[in-house]
Amino acid sequence: MTPTESRAMGARVIPSVVRPTYRAQHVLERNWIASGAFWKVMIAGFFEPVFYLLAIGVGLGAMIGDITLADGTSVPYAAFVAPGMLAASAMNAAVMESTFNVFFKFKYGRVYQAMLATPIGAGDIAVGEIGWSLFRGFVYSATFLAVMGVMGLTESWWAIGALLGTTLIGLAFGAVGMAAVTFMRSWQDFDLITFVTLPLFLFSATFYPIEVYPPWLQTVATFSPLYHGAELVRGFALGRFDPSMLTNALVLASMATVGAIIAVRRLGRLLLS
Amino acid sequence: MAIPTALRFVEPQALAYRRTWRASVVSNFLNPVLYLLAMGAGLGTLVDESADPSGMGISYLAWLGPGLLAAQAMQTGAGESSFPIMAGFKWRKSYVAVMNTPLDATDIFVSTYVWIVVRVLQVSAIYAAVLVAFGVTEPLGAVLGTLTATLTGAAFATPIMAFTSRLEDDTGLSHLFRFGVVPLFLFSGTFFPISQLPELVRPLAYATPLWHGVELSRSVALGMETTFPWWASVGFLVIWAVVGAIFALPQFRRRLVV
Amino acid sequence: MGEPLVEARNLTKRFGTFTAVDSVDFTIERGEVFGFLGPNGAGKSSTMRMIGATSPITEGQLKVFGLDPNADGREIRARLGVVPQEDMLDEELTVTDNLTIYGRYFSLPRSVIKPRVDELLEFAQLTEKRDAKVEALSGGMKRRLTIARALISNPELVILDEPTTGLDPQARHVLWDRLYRLKQRGATLIITTHYMDEAEQLCDRLVVMDGGRIAAEGSPAELIDRHATPEVLEVRLDVDDHAGREADFAGIGSRTEVLADRILLYVEHADEALQEVRAKGIIPAATVKRRAGLEDVFLHLTGRTLVD
Repeated sequence: MTPTESRAMGARVIPSVVRPTYRAQHVLERNWIASGAFWKVMIAGFFEPVFYLLAIGVGLGAMIGDITLADGTSVPYAAFVAPGMLAASAMNAAVMESTFNVFFKFKYGRVYQAMLATPIGAGDIAVGEIGWSLFRGFVYSATFLAVMGVMGLTESWWAIGALLGTTLIGLAFGAVGMAAVTFMRSWQDFDLITFVTLPLFLFSATFYPIEVYPPWLQTVATFSPLYHGAELVRGFALGRFDPSMLTNALVLASMATVGAIIAVRRLGRLLLS
Repeated sequence: MAIPTALRFVEPQALAYRRTWRASVVSNFLNPVLYLLAMGAGLGTLVDESADPSGMGISYLAWLGPGLLAAQAMQTGAGESSFPIMAGFKWRKSYVAVMNTPLDATDIFVSTYVWIVVRVLQVSAIYAAVLVAFGVTEPLGAVLGTLTATLTGAAFATPIMAFTSRLEDDTGLSHLFRFGVVPLFLFSGTFFPISQLPELVRPLAYATPLWHGVELSRSVALGMETTFPWWASVGFLVIWAVVGAIFALPQFRRRLVV
Repeated sequence: MGEPLVEARNLTKRFGTFTAVDSVDFTIERGEVFGFLGPNGAGKSSTMRMIGATSPITEGQLKVFGLDPNADGREIRARLGVVPQEDMLDEELTVTDNLTIYGRYFSLPRSVIKPRVDELLEFAQLTEKRDAKVEALSGGMKRRLTIARALISNPELVILDEPTTGLDPQARHVLWDRLYRLKQRGATLIITTHYMDEAEQLCDRLVVMDGGRIAAEGSPAELIDRHATPEVLEVRLDVDDHAGREADFAGIGSRTEVLADRILLYVEHADEALQEVRAKGIIPAATVKRRAGLEDVFLHLTGRTLVD
């Protein structure tokens, strides 16, 4: 089926305002041009993990020693916490990019309104923005992972697979963040986002295994998408594979799908109202 | 009774705060609760198995709490003296608008600083109350801790006001947080004692205001011995605040009177 | 007439090596509407900011209410109302809050501010929007709110810097109507503008500024009388460039000006002039007959148009 045919088919099923017109790459291009010196992002991506890994992993880790994993083996605390922080930073970056930045463009830049005056559709904008946030997240995570590798916190080349985990985290939180931002009325509503992300950040097996919780709380923790993200990233980083990682990936993928559907629908309605 | 001109710009900021105070108080309360639960209680169980950072046999939670109180005061002070200042000069231009009234640049500076200190005081008081609820300290320790934390936030505010008032856009602010506030938060003895740091960089920690704030906070809340006499740390923080003001005030004048 | 409200002698403002206001003299009396007309960059705003006691004087003398702005800025500002070029309203606060907060800077008690806010909202036709956030207002409404804000302290003198720049024609007319009412109440207003129609409508007296200097001073009618003829005939020819074509019109009217797209003939009667043009065998692509205005005064004084 040619793009034209599929577009014509899509026209019947999806309302025309939302229908992607395969122009998302132009949204990406615009963001690339607007981001200016990309090396600044790279530098930021380098220093942050270094600071956190040194302070939490090495400094605090010296007071903790080794962590015993679910399979009975143990790793130094730094090696345990590094993938957790990688997963958390992937979440934070995706949430920031898809909420604050998108809201800003919506409200002040009127970038989207200008885009919609061209053949670019709301669907393209949603896909383009999520794609952009994924791209930045990928670069950031790759840098983070490289720092981990240099510090000897990864076990094997399988650790590169952790980027699959961070990408899924980025997709899931980016899509849900984008869906959430369409409900935002003012900057004050962003406090709600912090109220959600901060507990996720702190309690999702990022800094310590959830085995320290009482059993009922462990069950609660499994409802956190970041828990699944952290487990997935850690599995790859420490080279300890478990069938449960498939479940982790599936949870994130479903979250991404649901978020994306809502985001595209709402965005279309908002932009063309 | 007429309010002195130097304080007349405080009330409008309080009025503006009114529109967000609920969310602000809730987050000022939830923040310590969540951090203390996760890092203190959760992670603390792992620390307590093998280490005793206080050297007094108290839990990691109790040791961490007053440190985080000082760190939070620094972050509030830094946050309130960066982006809102930028908005006043550049984004909303509220300072420029106020210059058309009987107030002048000095009044704007003084009022802004007073309001920042009020905000740090408020955030610190809530934090200290949460510490009492967690059994970390007694009410007296909490009151004194609120004061030392407020001093810590106040010591950060003036230098950052001086820094911000030179900026044309907010890239400088993200550098400030990335290379200033975040490393201080991580390496000033909040999460682990600076005795863990290599000997070479330890004097660096002594030069940072946050480390002194953390020391004072642990001293009044837990009765811990301080490295330097308490008055030396207090004096050090006061010097930061005063020197910062000496740089910030002419900067405000230069920017607003052209 | 009493002491003038504002008096400037050799008033000069320099930013580094750039001279924004170059030794100007003017006097503004109580009860008049005084205008500064000129293109962007003429030095109007710098002059206004010196009068408003927010920008230090580099050289010369300036008295506002008989006071020196460099020394008594606070007292001058307490008696002034300023409508700056940018609104600088607090977008996230309500209309009423914006007025109340501003009143507090002047140390007005709430009991005084409250009735005055009601009155000013009425005046600015914003009563229905009193509890709306400023960000929800249109450009014209924001501008009227800024004017109301300047009036909260019952100022003796109101300074308006480009009051209608950026507004659509309808919003401009609403604003002019409000300013006209202020004038009828006997307020003293200083207005800068680069719109000649605005200056003609509102100003009792004005100065034409260009390049930091005052090119002419007088009432709009006087200035037109002095620097232009009663009528103007605009002629557009069917050519790419009008330069050098003025010779074709020799002997018609007292003066000609050549613009890129047309030629202006300054004449007593535009009808008669058109007949003379036709009599010369010239067939214009288009013609406009009109009365002379301040635009023509400016063109005559500087050789340039006001708005480009």
